[in-house]
Amino acid sequence: MRNENIKKVLLLGSGALKIGEAGEFDYSGSQALKAMKEEGITTVLINPNIATVQTSDGFADKIYFLPVTPYFVEKVIRKEKPDGILLAFGGQTALNCGVELYRSGILEKYGVEVLGTPVQAIMDTEDRELFVKKLDEIEVKTIKSEAVNSIHDARVAAEALGYPVIVRAAYALGGLGSGFCDNEEELVALVEKALAFSPQVLVEKSLKGWKEVEYEVVRDRFDNCITVCNMENFDPLGIHTGESIVVAPSQTLSNEDYHWLRKLAIKIIRHIGIVGECNVQYAFDPTSMDYRVIEVNARLSRSSALASKATGYPLAFVAAKLGLGYGLFDLKNSVTKETSAFFEPALDYIVCKIPRWDLGKFHGVRREIGSSMKSVGEVMAIGRTFEEVIQKGLRMIGQGMHGFVGNNQRDLPELEHALKEPTDKRIFAIAQALFKGYTVDRIHELTKIDKWFLYKLQNIINTASELREFNDLEAIPEALLRQAKEQGFSDFQIAREIYQENLTEPEKALLQVRDRRKQLGILPVVKQIDTLAAEYPAQTNYLYLTYNGRENDVQYLHDHRSIVVLGSGAYRIGSSVEFDWCSVNALLTVKKEGWRSVMINYNPETVSTDYDICDRLYFDELTFERVMDILDLEQPHGTILSVGGQIPNNLATRLDAQNINILGTTARSIDNAEDRNKFSAMLDRLGIDQPRWRELTSMDDINEFIDEVGFPVLVRPSYVLSGAAMNVCHNQEQLTRFLRLAANVSKQHPVVVSQFISSAKEIEMDAVAQNGEIVAYAISEHIEYAGVHSGDATIQFPPQKLYVETMRRIRKISRQIAKALEISGPFNIQFLAKNNDIKVIECNLRASRSFPFVSKVLKINFIDLATRVMLGLPVEKPSKNAFDLDYVGIKASQFSFSRLQGADPVLGVDMASTGEVGCIGTDSAEALIKAMVSVGNRIPAKAVLMSTGTAKQKADLLDAAHELANRGYTIYATGGTHAYLNDNGIPAIRVYWPSQPDMQPQAIELLHDHKVDMVVNIPKNFSTTELTNGYKIRRAAIDLNIPLMTNARLASAYIDAFTTHPLDEIEIKSWDEY
Amino acid sequence: MRQFKRAVLILEDGTTFEGKSFGYEASTSGEVVFNTAMTGYPESLTDPSYEGQILVTTYPILGNYGVPPRRERDDVSEYYESDHIHCRAIVAQDYSYDHSHWQADRSLAQWLKEEKIPGIYGIDTRQLTKHLREHGSMLGKIVIDGCDDVDFYDPNRENLVGKVSCREVEYHGAGEKTVVLVDCGVKHNIIRCLTRRGVKVVRVPWNYDFTTIPYDGLFISNGPGNPDMAEETVGLIRKAMEIGKPICGICMGNQLLSKAAGAKIYKLKYGHRSHNQPVRRVGSNQCFITSQNHGFAVDNETLPADWEPLFINMNDGTNEGIRHKTKPFFSAQFHPEASSGPKDTEFLFDEFINLL
Repeated sequence: MRNENIKKVLLLGSGALKIGEAGEFDYSGSQALKAMKEEGITTVLINPNIATVQTSDGFADKIYFLPVTPYFVEKVIRKEKPDGILLAFGGQTALNCGVELYRSGILEKYGVEVLGTPVQAIMDTEDRELFVKKLDEIEVKTIKSEAVNSIHDARVAAEALGYPVIVRAAYALGGLGSGFCDNEEELVALVEKALAFSPQVLVEKSLKGWKEVEYEVVRDRFDNCITVCNMENFDPLGIHTGESIVVAPSQTLSNEDYHWLRKLAIKIIRHIGIVGECNVQYAFDPTSMDYRVIEVNARLSRSSALASKATGYPLAFVAAKLGLGYGLFDLKNSVTKETSAFFEPALDYIVCKIPRWDLGKFHGVRREIGSSMKSVGEVMAIGRTFEEVIQKGLRMIGQGMHGFVGNNQRDLPELEHALKEPTDKRIFAIAQALFKGYTVDRIHELTKIDKWFLYKLQNIINTASELREFNDLEAIPEALLRQAKEQGFSDFQIAREIYQENLTEPEKALLQVRDRRKQLGILPVVKQIDTLAAEYPAQTNYLYLTYNGRENDVQYLHDHRSIVVLGSGAYRIGSSVEFDWCSVNALLTVKKEGWRSVMINYNPETVSTDYDICDRLYFDELTFERVMDILDLEQPHGTILSVGGQIPNNLATRLDAQNINILGTTARSIDNAEDRNKFSAMLDRLGIDQPRWRELTSMDDINEFIDEVGFPVLVRPSYVLSGAAMNVCHNQEQLTRFLRLAANVSKQHPVVVSQFISSAKEIEMDAVAQNGEIVAYAISEHIEYAGVHSGDATIQFPPQKLYVETMRRIRKISRQIAKALEISGPFNIQFLAKNNDIKVIECNLRASRSFPFVSKVLKINFIDLATRVMLGLPVEKPSKNAFDLDYVGIKASQFSFSRLQGADPVLGVDMASTGEVGCIGTDSAEALIKAMVSVGNRIPAKAVLMSTGTAKQKADLLDAAHELANRGYTIYATGGTHAYLNDNGIPAIRVYWPSQPDMQPQAIELLHDHKVDMVVNIPKNFSTTELTNGYKIRRAAIDLNIPLMTNARLASAYIDAFTTHPLDEIEIKSWDEY
Repeated sequence: MRQFKRAVLILEDGTTFEGKSFGYEASTSGEVVFNTAMTGYPESLTDPSYEGQILVTTYPILGNYGVPPRRERDDVSEYYESDHIHCRAIVAQDYSYDHSHWQADRSLAQWLKEEKIPGIYGIDTRQLTKHLREHGSMLGKIVIDGCDDVDFYDPNRENLVGKVSCREVEYHGAGEKTVVLVDCGVKHNIIRCLTRRGVKVVRVPWNYDFTTIPYDGLFISNGPGNPDMAEETVGLIRKAMEIGKPICGICMGNQLLSKAAGAKIYKLKYGHRSHNQPVRRVGSNQCFITSQNHGFAVDNETLPADWEPLFINMNDGTNEGIRHKTKPFFSAQFHPEASSGPKDTEFLFDEFINLL
């Protein structure tokens, strides 16, 4: 039944992970590629996100690490001449790019057919006015909005609708530039910002407090429709669905409600003419059957990834097949393999999605959540009661919470306000309120959350209170202990409720609870997700654990042929798709080598939680307790902890204490590397230099130490992944201020103060060792000087500007460390280098963020090697090394500051980027241009605003300024920079800081009037005025969507690159052509 | 902890499941069946097709939205499928003591107590479902602590159709055309679906000789139990086939029409008990998601030459409806009236009305 003319297909990826567009598109793209491959179709992929699974060997036939922009996509189309293009699998980025290609006639020019949903249908859903009109035709109610193009019109529209109103920017991802406005002042501020991103802004009546319900709908070209899943938001309308706790299936809809909305969804998809998948979001009146359609996404989305994982129905795979012309009746249910793909999954469990925020990492960001997305990742918990899934989920988000209760939380001030004005912590405000005796009715009044959810939360509180009445584990009745487990209490939570403040040895106590319940036979059972709720037999390897049941669905063979790989958990700042790539590659090697591959992970946005990537998938927690439960059942040959980032790595010592066979480097070595004292002592023993540091407990000791080493110093707590609560202090005032905060963060932990070396290069060593001997390695170099977190830095590989001497010494030190720690598996060491003076700053005995990048640039799969090492297989040292490469890879970071209202977009030792790209070029300038454009920079056309920081930084940027001037760019500059440029014979126009309001022209106005198309703003010193001035300009650049550079070294490299390499000279080469 | 009475579900093969009672406190017995629907317990409980059965819901959480009021509109129940609960008990993993819905006027527990129907939760309903799936539906009883034990009860030995059918002729709706509705245990939504289309419905008992009254079309309803128990109805349908006016049937109606045509019925290895059953209209690319609840099917091979399958189940290829090649007779094994379940096939009522 399929379209036989399609032999070669181009798929657009979504680029770097950003807020609103994350790993879910790696999953959907990978599925689409798999579907194409099955049909024997040649696939071409454009995606600069080098850390993704889809951009790996074996997924697409041709991979281009290029920006997903019409310019580059056209070049690839011209070269590859594909028959068809898939636009629905790369998020809003791919969709917007596709619409532009269609509008400009490029697709027609090259005869490329859009597969699946026609572009006209996409435009009908994307343009609000067209969308409303389209649904009016079939008498489906939408939220009526006024489309306006100016602030004046917005004001008039809002006046007519009556406040509160909601403002949305058309054509924007995840509610970018959207928000609620209670009055005219708020309206004006928001509309101005929204107009910067989109020519059209919509003003509409707010329906705060209505339920939000979503349906995932599939349609084939024969007009057959199914709704694969419906979902209900725990948080009522007003909170973006990406910011909301969501359950599937809906819990508070009656049969009549459910099928009323389902029928409408099918009516809508038919009328719009989707071929493939879309989602329909509704606002649903909690006191009648009145509804409004909020929006329709005519593409795979975060929700569709979630729905696929929630039901076992592979939406992206099926949508790709439908795009080729198949009917749903042609396809099989990929779980049962026998029944039809034309069906609607029946769930016999409940899933709960909880967003993961990292707002604590940003200075100045607003913590309120609302109609615009701020979360950076999400988790999905599966269970058989709501209590169970919410508690599991709250542990999974990995922010130190143990569930709904049992948290070491300080009381939130202004509780009612915290309930009424939602923040990332609202769920815990509800816990606090319930403990304080607030009734469900009262909390409902304040939050508008449906009472059903609140009653369930009340059940958890009741059980916690009952547990508290006992202060002895043995005294707890079996039934109560069982009830607690059925409601998702962890062993730790139970221990905490019993012992409360007397819980001095939590590790011991939770093991006691574990023993006790095992004695009583209170054990979790394994259940399968089979899409049909057991109605028909199914061979499925998609599993979860629950206490609500008594029979395991899996018959365990206990043949010790399993290898368990622990995944990376929720995407967060510092740990994202790169660890999914590592996990997936470890699984593939495990499987290839003849072992049963077993995955534990709970992130619905990943490929590692795709049930056909491994032999057995446990979609469950990565806590010590749950991992032990699974290992008890699975009795594997061994467990791999080193490919999933810090979460599994942190379990090493505890699992080792339970005699778990950890494959690769031993738990002891891991501890020796993680424990700062032990590691430092080892370096001293080996004669390896490190920045001076000390672990200190009092202010006096700190001052004494600083007297020795001098400012600046780096201040941080121990055991961190991405520099949480870490800061550089340049003077006494900053130190005092920061330490007050840090002390609050972790009271019982001493503070580590290290000497901070300015203007030093930062170098990364990514390597694999076997029995202490390095098998393969990659040395890469940061463009920025040390002080920018390695996760935010721009990295080049192979290094271009390192001394041979430096390289040699780094290799030597790495060999020494590998030997001393007897490393078997992946590891990463970070170095500082200043004039051949090399210092070690950090060592992780696990795969690092840059593993996929160096593996793909070098074309040697480090994870495959590392996994073979961990399996005890012989490995040969690869014959080639980085010196053989006649091209350069650049990894650049993607920031999502535009979504984080108020956050200062300046980089520091704390990581702030949400994603990354990796591009390859013949030289580093070419690779840098590709990478910078891939992360959303535009090459400036006419004018640049410069404030270039200290004298040294000004000097660093002088050449770049010259080049800009030579190429005819207008340079605007603030006071000091202006004078400096003039002194050096570079023409520049002076502009004034916000702190000089009487002077003209004002820098900020320049931005508002869009007179500049790039801002270079290098923070000079850390005085309050300087910070405020700089902040205002940086923030304005972000809010007005003007590319911003805040690092002198990167700005200089980028300006040099784009002034010397015209865009049209950039080579269009696929990965395999390098 | 919440106070509850222990309740044990005992299957005829000796398997037991221990749970907690939340409904009426009396032991009961019946045929244990499951349904994988995720919504619609008020509709299922009042569906006469569940007469004599203990219903296991595979969706683990039950009672979330309470129960809508008992109210009549146009002589039929407004929210229910009949005027009382037909299931003998309901079994779930987890029960929501507190419900939330604007239409609800009481909790499921309260309703069960009012109608003297036991309910139990805390059961591994997935394990139970797998057991029932492999062994076919089986008899079972629920024994509640402190209540008398009861004997197993096999509803299939009884003429359930006779038990749930109306006793006298009833009239619903108004219109120029008259449809005789043979009540084998009719769901009220079938009546609503017909009267909404502007016809007069004459609802007759299962064994009433409707050929004595003038009518424009015949509709044979759903109903509980084994179709072999309703031979009298089959005979009357044969008479109607001779009259030649349009005939339509649903579920039991499909089986009775098939029998009247001369086809055979057999018991399915895996019954169809869900809201997500895919059917395809034979000879077309049109597919529909349907609501189903049956353990018997019409054997396609035994359909006489002048009949043909109308719908086929896309999962197991079994018959989902038949039609006469030349005469206006057709029927569906699934439930176009839904309630509960998807409404995608409600157009079959239009097709029937258009034939009149």
